Amino acid sequence: MNFLSDQALKRLRDGAEMPDLAGTRYRLLERIARGGMGVVYTAEDENLRRRVALKVLDVPGTDGELRNRLIREARVLAALEHPGIVPVHDVGTLGDGRVFYTMKFVEGNRLDKFIESVASVPDRLRIFLRICDAVAFAHARGVLHRDLKPANIMVGPFGEVLVMDWGLAKILRGELSSSMLGADPEATVFDKPKPANIASDPTETSVVTGHGTVMGTPGYMSPEQARGDVEHLDMRSDIYSLGALLQFLLTGQPGGVSLPGGPRLDKSLTAICAKATEAAPAERYPNVQEMALDVSRYLDGLAVGAHRESIFDRAGRLYRRYRFFILLIAAYLAMRVLILLFMHR
Amino acid sequence: MNKVLLGLLLGAVLGAVDGGTAWFTPEVRPEMAMIIVGSTFKGLLGGILIGFFARKVKSLPLGISFGLAVGALLALAIAAMPDGLTGKHYYVQIIVPGSLVGLIVGYATQKYGAAPATTPATR
Repeated sequence: MNFLSDQALKRLRDGAEMPDLAGTRYRLLERIARGGMGVVYTAEDENLRRRVALKVLDVPGTDGELRNRLIREARVLAALEHPGIVPVHDVGTLGDGRVFYTMKFVEGNRLDKFIESVASVPDRLRIFLRICDAVAFAHARGVLHRDLKPANIMVGPFGEVLVMDWGLAKILRGELSSSMLGADPEATVFDKPKPANIASDPTETSVVTGHGTVMGTPGYMSPEQARGDVEHLDMRSDIYSLGALLQFLLTGQPGGVSLPGGPRLDKSLTAICAKATEAAPAERYPNVQEMALDVSRYLDGLAVGAHRESIFDRAGRLYRRYRFFILLIAAYLAMRVLILLFMHR
Repeated sequence: MNKVLLGLLLGAVLGAVDGGTAWFTPEVRPEMAMIIVGSTFKGLLGGILIGFFARKVKSLPLGISFGLAVGALLALAIAAMPDGLTGKHYYVQIIVPGSLVGLIVGYATQKYGAAPATTPATR
């Protein structure tokens, strides 16, 4: 008797899981990612002849709750039109009842992979500022992301930075009304107990647990979010995640521990990360703009609000900012001394 | 600070300092006041020229080169005049520092001077 190889079994299993897109204008190409709620494929939009990313619930005949969540995610994305937020194109239902939506297919790298090729701290900070732009826009529209982490940020081939995976987003208020989304603003809070979904790498995988109260990614999730204090979450919870993201960009770890042999983190940047990741929300930056302003001030060689400088820190910062000019003046004075010595020889 | 004003101030300060160093040359000390005033005026003139150039041309290498050239030319003009007391020319002592002052002002106006504010196009 011949047995099927593991590879053949895997191909058969993958094939069986592939959604049937008959009746839609999309042709399935390949699977690119799996999330807690669904699977993302690349597909071709046969009308417009372009590649799109298609997210579909991974379980046929899913109950209404997950279905509503995916629709809600698509509607949140549709309402957040911003260059830093991946645009959604379409939402629909497959023949087997599974909900799907299509969005822009971003060819690029996840942030954690992309920064391996970006050595310069200012370049990393500029990427961070673009993430802040997108998150600040979402906050202005009353949406919390609640799962900001490197794996949910894509950097495109032309340097475009896109915040992805708004599946855990929470609507606070404002233009994204619950009627527009067709769901309760707190719909992401599960009522029914569900088994925890924690992978081997706890900093990489979003956690959606029972009682629906803990959602996010350890290492990037604020303490109040980790406690399941969903009702009191506000934009400062995302600021915590941004702080952890900034630490990751600078040190390679969300906890802010420098990698062996890595550069020593500047005091001002350490202070910005520390302020953003304070355990008490009231101690953090009140909004994303203020955090981004501190990072911009650091980039411009100015004092940051999160760090009280000593006179030596200030002198060092001014020297770094005006280094070449100070060296020119020093060269001028040295040359003057040389001329005097030459004359009095 | 705008580029012309920065050039003007920096040119004046560095020009005055440049003139002040003549104190270390004992034979010209009686003319210190004239030297400082002349050197400050030279700095002001050079600073204005370099500042206007920086406003028109946004290029660090060109700005530095222009500053160096203006500083050298103005210093040459001063150095070509013989000292009233000794009748000597101090080419090296005047042209080298004068050129370096021009270079510094050229660098500073390109690097730190604010570009003039642009008004949005209106229909």
